[in-house]
Amino acid sequence: MKAGMVIIGAGECGARAATELRSAGYAGPITLVGAESHLPYERPPLSKDAICEAEMPAPKTILDADSLKTLDIRHIGGNGVARIDRETRRIILADGTALPYGRLLLATGAAPRRLASAPESAHIAYLRSYDDALAIRARLAEGAHAAIIGGGFIGLELAASARKRGAAVTLIEAQPRILMRGVPAEIAAHVHAEHATNGVTLLTGQGIAAIETDDKGVRITLADDRMVAAELLIVGIGASPVTELAEAAGLAVDNGIAVDACLRSSDPHIFAAGDCCSFPFALYGGRRVRLEAWRNAQEQGVLAARNMLGATETHTSVPWFWSDQYGLSLYIAGLADEATTTIRRDIAPDAFILFHLAVDGRLVAASGIGPGNAVARDIRLAEMLIARGARPALDHLASAEVKLKTLLAA
Amino acid sequence: MSIWIEACAADDIDEEDVMRFDHDGRTFAIYRSPDDEYFATDGLCTHERIHLADGLVMDDIIECPKHNGRFNYKTGQAKGAPVCVNLKTYPVKVEGGRVLLQVG
Repeated sequence: MKAGMVIIGAGECGARAATELRSAGYAGPITLVGAESHLPYERPPLSKDAICEAEMPAPKTILDADSLKTLDIRHIGGNGVARIDRETRRIILADGTALPYGRLLLATGAAPRRLASAPESAHIAYLRSYDDALAIRARLAEGAHAAIIGGGFIGLELAASARKRGAAVTLIEAQPRILMRGVPAEIAAHVHAEHATNGVTLLTGQGIAAIETDDKGVRITLADDRMVAAELLIVGIGASPVTELAEAAGLAVDNGIAVDACLRSSDPHIFAAGDCCSFPFALYGGRRVRLEAWRNAQEQGVLAARNMLGATETHTSVPWFWSDQYGLSLYIAGLADEATTTIRRDIAPDAFILFHLAVDGRLVAASGIGPGNAVARDIRLAEMLIARGARPALDHLASAEVKLKTLLAA
Repeated sequence: MSIWIEACAADDIDEEDVMRFDHDGRTFAIYRSPDDEYFATDGLCTHERIHLADGLVMDDIIECPKHNGRFNYKTGQAKGAPVCVNLKTYPVKVEGGRVLLQVG
């Protein structure tokens, strides 16, 4: 068998990479290997429509059987990868099958971080896959009580979806506020209020003393001795990059599979992209960054595919992220951690954007929240300003009268 | 059938911008191009039914605000993943400063 392009991980990133290999004119064999039995599907609905729709929607496929056939992409589902043999350039599947590769892409994603104090139980769930969403749905009947540990995006989106299904929800966050990582306090407060209005009990700054389970559910003892009883406990405390295969194969790993700006790993025949990799980000001073986001997974999948075919393009896109909760949407572009100045622009009575600027006046990030997609366009324009390294005047950013598009033209 | 519906005033929409127009239970997006021509398409993205009027117009392109799917709003053509189904377009004319849309 001719060694072609092999992709491990059939999620958003791997599927986009496979498609791009063909679009870029590659005519050899492409194999997409996934641990799940489903065809490649979109994950964003799993915390939203997949939970709150009256009927469980089918997975939203990225590559259906017809597309795979048309593009001549071989999809191997339901078969994990046991190891990578770099000497002979082959991967060995769980069932023993060996697949040779000319170039290999690791698009292995991230896995939910486990809560050490939580026992194994059918009443304790994590969310990453369609099957995880099915398991969560099954326990979210009207009137059920769901406890959620973790006030990040997964926990909050699931809280909103569980409320929509008629479940009572208690959300427990160890940090003093929700969305501590990457979201400004002003926006987190807005989100917090929306959840409170919708009947979620939010307990912030609250540690967990013990978690016990029986055949009916879960009992969580909080650090202050209060007790929360629930039929279902969902743990959403972040995700870790899936790097086991890479580590076992001796590839460099540094908060994810370490790649260069062209997404090459420490082995020139192996690339990594998406949630599983960390890369030096020129736009933010060349520091090593790992992103967990839908659009990044796509963009890096496409970029890796081109570079697997010999291009030397580097990652330049501005990070971009969104979250939907109730009727609210939150959008973030860029990385705000080096910001020293924040400017607020009110777009509507219930919609605003915060612009984050570095000490040298560069716009480095923008975060916004509002009903529906009220802030989406301005966040998109902010993203374009960030990409250009723009140093917009503060009074222009603050005034909704000044169209951001005009700043882009400046 | 040729039913022309009055949608808005011509100067309700800035150049290189878009506006939502709802009529009879349907939703449309009306565009004014950088060269001052008017166009109309279905209002919802063919990917996840998001209102395109919240998106960004760049030259001939409307970009969905949610997942960045792109269409040429003059032809309705989908410009690649995640959108693969074209947008339906509708004839538009401007008469007496009013934008009319043929939805029949």
